[in-house]
Amino acid sequence: MAATSIIYRRELGAYVRSPFAWVIAALFLFVNGILFLAYVLPGQKLSAVVLELFFQFAGLTSFGLGLLLSFRLIAEERTTHSMVLLNTSPVRDSEIIVGKFLAALTFMIILLALTIYMPLLIKVRGKITGSQILVGYIGMLMVGSAALSIGLFASALVKNQFLAAVIGLVLLVVLGNLFRFASTLEGNVRTVLGDIDLFWVHYMGGFMRGVLNLKDIIYYLAVIYFFLLLGVKTLEAKRWQ
Amino acid sequence: MIRAKDLTKFYGGKRALGPVSFEIEDGETVGFLGLNGAGKTTALRILACDLRPSAGTIEVGGVDVVADPHEVRKKIGFLPENPPIYADMRVTDYLTFAGEIRGMTKDAIRKRMSGVLDLTDLHEVSDEPIGTLSHGFRQRVGVAQAVIHDPKFLILDEPTRGLDPVQIVEMRKLIHDLKEKHTVLISSHILTEISQTCDRLLVLGKGRVLGVGTEGELAGKESEIRSVTVTIRAPNGDDAKGQIAKVLKSVDGVKDVAEPYEQGGGLAFTVMTTKDCRADVSRAVVGAKLDLIKLDHSKSELENTFMRLVGGADGSN
Repeated sequence: MAATSIIYRRELGAYVRSPFAWVIAALFLFVNGILFLAYVLPGQKLSAVVLELFFQFAGLTSFGLGLLLSFRLIAEERTTHSMVLLNTSPVRDSEIIVGKFLAALTFMIILLALTIYMPLLIKVRGKITGSQILVGYIGMLMVGSAALSIGLFASALVKNQFLAAVIGLVLLVVLGNLFRFASTLEGNVRTVLGDIDLFWVHYMGGFMRGVLNLKDIIYYLAVIYFFLLLGVKTLEAKRWQ
Repeated sequence: MIRAKDLTKFYGGKRALGPVSFEIEDGETVGFLGLNGAGKTTALRILACDLRPSAGTIEVGGVDVVADPHEVRKKIGFLPENPPIYADMRVTDYLTFAGEIRGMTKDAIRKRMSGVLDLTDLHEVSDEPIGTLSHGFRQRVGVAQAVIHDPKFLILDEPTRGLDPVQIVEMRKLIHDLKEKHTVLISSHILTEISQTCDRLLVLGKGRVLGVGTEGELAGKESEIRSVTVTIRAPNGDDAKGQIAKVLKSVDGVKDVAEPYEQGGGLAFTVMTTKDCRADVSRAVVGAKLDLIKLDHSKSELENTFMRLVGGADGSN
C-alpha cells in the first residue's frame, strides 16, 4: 500500500495548493453559517430540535461537499494528461482510487471539524450532550464519504469534469430520494428502495437524531465500498483502452 | 531487448496498428518515423503499457507486456506527446513523486535528483511550480520524470513537438546524452529529427511497417538514382556553368547535372548519381581549383526515401 500513501500525500498537497479547494471550503463554511443563522437559530425551540435542524442542513451540505471535492479527482488527471504517469507506473488501480479517496476524506474531515462551533454554541445555551454531537458528526462523515465515493466513481467514468459532476449529482439526487420515491409504491419494492436511500432513512432517521445504529454505519460503509470498487473497476477497464 | 510479433491494435472496428513485427536490441536508439496517423503513438503506448494490444505479442526485457505489465512498467520511462505533469507541483517535488511512484526510496531519489537535474538542465527552475515554466522546460520536466528511476528502456513520443529551434537543438543534445545509458525509442514525423538522433529507423505508414534499417539501408539499392546539391562560388556566366558541369560529369557515378541556380553567393548544381559519390565530387571540384561552398546530400535522400516508402503505403491502400 506504499503507492496509496504516495498518492494520498500528493492529492492532499494538491488540495492545499488549489484555489478551487479553498473556494469550496469557504463556500461550505459560508453556506453552513448562513443556514445556521437563518433557519436553525431563530424561534423558540428545544435545543435538541435545534441540533437536529443543524445536522439536517449540515448533512445536505456534506453531500454537496463530497461531490465537489471528488468530481475532478480522476477526470482532471485525464484532461491534463497526468493520468499517463500513473497508468504507466507500477501502481494498482485500487491504490490510485483509495489514495485519492483518503486525501479527499482528510480535507473533508478538516472542513467538517471547522463547523464544530455551531453545535458547541447550541450546547452552551441548551441541554444537549456531547455524544449527540459526536453521533451527528459521524453521520455527516458517513454521508460526505458516500458522496465522495460516488463523485470519485463519476470522475473515473468520464474525462469531462463537468459531465462527471453532473453524473455524480444525478446519482446523489436519485439515491438520496429513493425513500420519497418508494413511499409512492407498495410491498417489498417500497421496503427495499426505502432501505437503500442515502439520506432520509439512515441519516435523518438515525445519526441526525443522535441515534447510533450499527446497521446505518454498515450501510454507509457498504455504499462507500461499492462505489470505490466501481471506481477501481472503471479505472481498470479504461487503463488499457 | 524489445520483441514485437504481429502486434495489432483496433480502436472499435478501425485498425490503428498492425500487424507489425520488429526487434530492438539493448542499447539501440530507434526512431519511429511516419506521418500523422501512421501508428507511431499507438505502438509506443503499447510498449509503455498504456494501451493493451488487440492481438499479437510484445516482450520488453523478456517480460510479456500483457501478462505482466507491472514488471514492464518498472523497466520503462515514458514521455507521451503531452508531458504528464502536475502544474501545481514544484519541479523537485514532482520528480520525487514520479520516483516514489516507480518504487524508489526517498534516499535513492535524493542521490539521483542532482544527476537528473544536470542531465535535463533543470537546476535553475528546480524550485519553481511547473505551471509557471515555459513549454521547453515542461518538456524537459517530462523527460526528467521518465529517467528519474533510471529505466532500461526510454520511450519518447514526439519529444520536440512544439519546441522552438533553440529548444529543439537542446532536446537533441539531451537525447544524445540519454543514448549513452538507455535503449531509446523516439517517434517523430520530422525526418531530420530522426536522422540526427537515431541509429536505426522504423518507418510506419497506415499502421504497417514500411521499412526498417539504418538511413543508408533504407535509402535503397546502389542502382537507385540519388541527388547531390553542389554549391560552388563562381560568376553566373555560361562559360563558368559549362566548365563546372563538365568537371562534375567527369566524376564516376554521376549520371546527369541539372541547370544550376544562384544560391548563397554561388551556383548550386543538382547532380544525379547512381551511388554515394560525395567524396569523389568534392575531390573533383577542389582538384579543378573551384571554390566549394556547400555539398548537400543526406536530407533530400532521406526525404526521398520516406516519401517513396509512405507513397507505397498510400498506393497499396
